[in-house]
Amino acid sequence: MSLGQVGINFVYVISAGLFVFGLKLLGSPATARRGNLLSAAGMLIAIVATLLAQGLDYRWIVIGMLVGGVLGLAGAYFVKMTAMPEMVALFNGFGGLASLLLAWSEYHQNPAMAPALALVAALSVFIGGVTFTGSMVAFGKLAGKIPQQAVVFKGQHLINGGILLAAVGSGLLFCLTPASAIGYLVFVLVILVALGFGVTSTIPIGGADMPVVISLLNSYSGLAACAAGFVISNNILIVAGALVGASGIILTQIMCKAMNRSLANVLFSGFGTTTAKTDGGEGPAGEIKPASAEDVYYILEAADSVAFVPGYGLAVAQAQHVVKELGDLLEANGTEVVYAIHPVAGRMPGHMNVLLAEANVSYDQLVEMDDINPRMETIDVCVVIGANDVVNPAAVFEETSPIYGMPIIETFRAKTVIVLKRSMNPGFAGIENALFYRENTRMYFGDAKASVQALVAEFKGGN
Amino acid sequence: MTAVYLLFIFVLAIFLGFELISKVPSTLHTPLMSASNAISGITLIGALAATQTSHHGFTALLGTLAVVLATINVVGGYAVTDRMLHMFKKKDKGGAQ
Repeated sequence: MSLGQVGINFVYVISAGLFVFGLKLLGSPATARRGNLLSAAGMLIAIVATLLAQGLDYRWIVIGMLVGGVLGLAGAYFVKMTAMPEMVALFNGFGGLASLLLAWSEYHQNPAMAPALALVAALSVFIGGVTFTGSMVAFGKLAGKIPQQAVVFKGQHLINGGILLAAVGSGLLFCLTPASAIGYLVFVLVILVALGFGVTSTIPIGGADMPVVISLLNSYSGLAACAAGFVISNNILIVAGALVGASGIILTQIMCKAMNRSLANVLFSGFGTTTAKTDGGEGPAGEIKPASAEDVYYILEAADSVAFVPGYGLAVAQAQHVVKELGDLLEANGTEVVYAIHPVAGRMPGHMNVLLAEANVSYDQLVEMDDINPRMETIDVCVVIGANDVVNPAAVFEETSPIYGMPIIETFRAKTVIVLKRSMNPGFAGIENALFYRENTRMYFGDAKASVQALVAEFKGGN
Repeated sequence: MTAVYLLFIFVLAIFLGFELISKVPSTLHTPLMSASNAISGITLIGALAATQTSHHGFTALLGTLAVVLATINVVGGYAVTDRMLHMFKKKDKGGAQ
């Protein structure tokens, strides 16, 4: 190892430390921004140190970084907050593809790899390929460019199993003769299989399960970088990749737990494709009680405490700013206002928190499910905005329900529940929601944004 | 030996990652994910190191493409996270009341 190489590795140690410390600071809202900047600083010094190495072709580097930097910045600054899930999916996919290309370029340059190294190279392009197309499918679903529903067909598991077998087979074959023409052919085959598998393994997963998929793909992109690090024997790639891989796995686990489902169930069941029937044919008892803007205004005006429960519908209607305006009016009226957020509300982990933060809601008003449920009886009014399955009492009461056991925000225990909803269509899971038929529930139909705007107008007119 | 040493730091980093992330509150899950997404753009380091003057043709093309994509991942990831975290504010109480 030359002196320069030692120096570069020393800088890598510092940037690994900055990544770790940055992630630690990301654990609290007060320090999170600093944490992100520290992590970015770690990346910057690693880049600078790498550029000081000898024999680099700066022409291509400058062009590549300029193009990438401009595209990245443009994406980051022009994306709408409601479109954040698809943006993250897109960036994630690019990271995966970069790892694939890096391993490929390394192999193309030095085809005579030792079998173990060849195996890692095959693994690297495989994970990178799956991350790329998987993220593109997730992006397409989130951006509404392809149908959000789970796409299932007969023999899907067989086909996926077959693809995986083909990947393992060609990977092993590749390890035996990486330097031969056959080896190269098989290597390309691994890439194609990986790209295909990313698609076939992501299309059977439907809209509301997206938080799990995004977390999982995030983990893959880290592991892809990690594997690429093994291929080129670069320790910073391995450390950073492993950190990301681990964080993605943890988030995946948290999301699965919040839906009371196993990862296997999310990945393979095609949940939400069949409209579930309430067994026994009883259906929810009671009747629907619609309310007008004026009715809702009087209920809210008299309340001492109000909890807003947002869901994906809030993001679709872009209603976060008017909801915050309504919240402010309520507070001015002497009402205590909180926002109760389910871990899987929306299309990515923490989706609702970001939207409400955009609308300037103070983060200490954002309450987690486990904090609001014990004091639900003391809440006068719960306003459910565009959420459905995460407030469905079937998860608590009906053992036959597909979502039985899923932790929910138990709005039905509040004194009054107001549900803002477009129509009576069932939610993503296709399950009837008994909440809508309960004695203490009022349905306030209409587009979430327009409905809340009407309430704001009532408040302003009433004062 | 090198392989064992690399595996060693891999295992330690995985455990460190588990420890760090399990403490993050759900409020910050989106920024966390997008920040860690930016970190996964670390492939850029490898891609830069692989862009050697001795490389030509297809190798150079693959390497340059990897640099472009990884830079998008890194720059976009950090910038968008910063934009998000900028919005997470604690409001002064009493303004509305």
